[in-house]
Amino acid sequence: MDSALIPEGAKRCSFPKFAIGIAIVSAVVLWGVFAMFLCWFKGLNQTNMDDYYGFALWIWADLAVIAVGGGAFFTGLLRYIFKIDELKNIINFAVIIGFICYSSALLILAIDIGQPLRGWFIFWHANVHSMLTEVAFCLSAYFAVLTIEFIPNILENRQANKVPFFHHLAHNMHGVMAVFAATGAFLSFFHQGSLGGVAGVLYGRPFAVREGLLIWPWTFFLFTWSAAAFGPCFTLLVTKITETVTGKKLVKDNVVHLLAKISGWMIVTYIIAKIIDTIYWAMVTAPSLGFTLSHFYSNNGFYGYWILITEIVLCGVVPGAILIMKSTRENPTLRLVAIILGTIGICLNRWVMVLQIMAVPVMSFDTWALYFPSWQEIATTILPVAYGIILISVAYRYLPVFPQEQELNTIEPVSKTE
Amino acid sequence: MKQNNNKAHKFGMVIDLDKCTGCGSCMVSCMSENNVPFKEDESNKKDSITWMRVYKLTNGKSFPDTEIVYMPRPCQHCGGKGDHGHSPCVSVCPAVATDYGYDTGIVSQIYTRCFGCRYCMGACPYHARYFNWWDPKWPEGMENYLSPNVSPRMRGVVEKCSFCYHRYQAARDTAYYEGRDDIEEHEYQTACTTACPAGAIVFGDLNNPAHKVHQIVKPDPHPDPRNKHVVGKSRNPKVFRLLERLGTNPKVYYLSEREWVRKQGDNYLDGEWDKIKNHHGAASHG
Repeated sequence: MDSALIPEGAKRCSFPKFAIGIAIVSAVVLWGVFAMFLCWFKGLNQTNMDDYYGFALWIWADLAVIAVGGGAFFTGLLRYIFKIDELKNIINFAVIIGFICYSSALLILAIDIGQPLRGWFIFWHANVHSMLTEVAFCLSAYFAVLTIEFIPNILENRQANKVPFFHHLAHNMHGVMAVFAATGAFLSFFHQGSLGGVAGVLYGRPFAVREGLLIWPWTFFLFTWSAAAFGPCFTLLVTKITETVTGKKLVKDNVVHLLAKISGWMIVTYIIAKIIDTIYWAMVTAPSLGFTLSHFYSNNGFYGYWILITEIVLCGVVPGAILIMKSTRENPTLRLVAIILGTIGICLNRWVMVLQIMAVPVMSFDTWALYFPSWQEIATTILPVAYGIILISVAYRYLPVFPQEQELNTIEPVSKTE
Repeated sequence: MKQNNNKAHKFGMVIDLDKCTGCGSCMVSCMSENNVPFKEDESNKKDSITWMRVYKLTNGKSFPDTEIVYMPRPCQHCGGKGDHGHSPCVSVCPAVATDYGYDTGIVSQIYTRCFGCRYCMGACPYHARYFNWWDPKWPEGMENYLSPNVSPRMRGVVEKCSFCYHRYQAARDTAYYEGRDDIEEHEYQTACTTACPAGAIVFGDLNNPAHKVHQIVKPDPHPDPRNKHVVGKSRNPKVFRLLERLGTNPKVYYLSEREWVRKQGDNYLDGEWDKIKNHHGAASHG
């Protein structure tokens, strides 16, 4: 039915099967859209946030998707600026994942503000001292860059590519993509960093505040570094999921091993910096404000030392160690464990840097504040996941996302011709 | 960066916790004065708007040694690190919807500018900022009692204590009409100050030695030698500020004869309080 749109030589499931799959995920999207409109029309009383928890699940989701979407800018940087040619085989997919992540972040932000119609004030009345202003500018600009990076892949669709203008446009855009990759890396450095700065500048919150360099707290650099380190883990994880769902090998092992190795070394260097930062904060920063480390991890029903150990050791040191050693990195099971742990680790870090900050009491007579999101918050957070599944499905079906797909899956067409 | 100049006002407050009975008049007068909406069920204090909130503190001892103190907590109108006007909330607001008045020291909230991101709430360690989770509503007939001098806030924006800024504007208008350059101490008093039956709240200009608040607080204009971010530390050994060590530099001071009350104003490591409890502004050592 839609075979004219499918890349030449590629094998895809039947259209009815594809349509049924999309319909099921679309139901989840509709659920999320319903919750989104409830929030827009009835207000944020639809959430379980309160005056202690003004920042909650949505801000975490924003930070998490932007962190895992960091695979796009970092892979682009490696491919186009550092000229690591093998990565051309996964860059399209990294860009699509980044596009999904950043569009999701913008959508969630649009739901998360109390006066959505005034969202543009952040640009018009910008406060140059606010990290959130920097986030808004760089995030929007980088989303534009991601869109530009995604366009050539869309134009390579079998039908679109028949139009000479689109064909040449895609070709020429590929030619200048290094410029956009460099722009993307520059913008990402600042918005990933300023998302870290959002927490690090909160000098009224001893759990969050960090010293730093000039106007940038250490969290600024840690967030950029961690996004570059763990973003590729997520790219590899989604690639693996796509391979499992489609039942096909889509990227050659040498490409996967290379990206995993780079990610591993980034994780190891990041986690060393993170450990140093944590020790300095625990031994110097927090005590200078009258707080012991135990204050942040006791006397409440959820946040214990387990979260610190899980984030840094189990989901930081362990995946880093697995990915830097050739023998473990090239073991598919261990590599999968590492990229799953890495993805969980970066999400957990963002959770801690949003929700635990809000939970910790600061005034000596105050109490811990814990919160569980409402179904509207959960639905609108799942919404981008469902949207991402649909976009990946559509892109995979109709666009030449994986350049090595045909080479890796040639057995069937050969047997047919015989 | 602008500095507070000596001619500027620096409005502040000192609350005598030994006089406060916890009656709640300050809270009621504040809500009434500032058109604060309320819900049918106000039992969840974490989503109810109380610009002035009274906390109950205890010394943690069992009967018969139990002592209780009530601590009214308005917005602290922080001057920020070094008292340069970069309050925790002002510095983070992405749209300049909250601003620091260098002529008054008051942290304002511009409701029509706020788009409800709530970053300021996350930045404030005092929980002095409140979000309008619902449309503002009053019981039928009660709208007639709304103050025409204060704009009600719409759903989806943050609000907080303004030190009854409209009263300052009114006092200034009167002074201008009467050909005076400045206002008298009694002409600008917040609603909570005037409502407190125990006279526990004293409000005025911390920069004006003639004002009672200045005389009680005796603010040290120099940075604290132990923490350069702290400015305006009280030279009165009985006066303290909330979370002073963070460098937020609040303009709300508290007064108590009781040491355990003063200790609750901040966080201290084991044994630290005994070393620094007698450290006050520079003049206290003179």
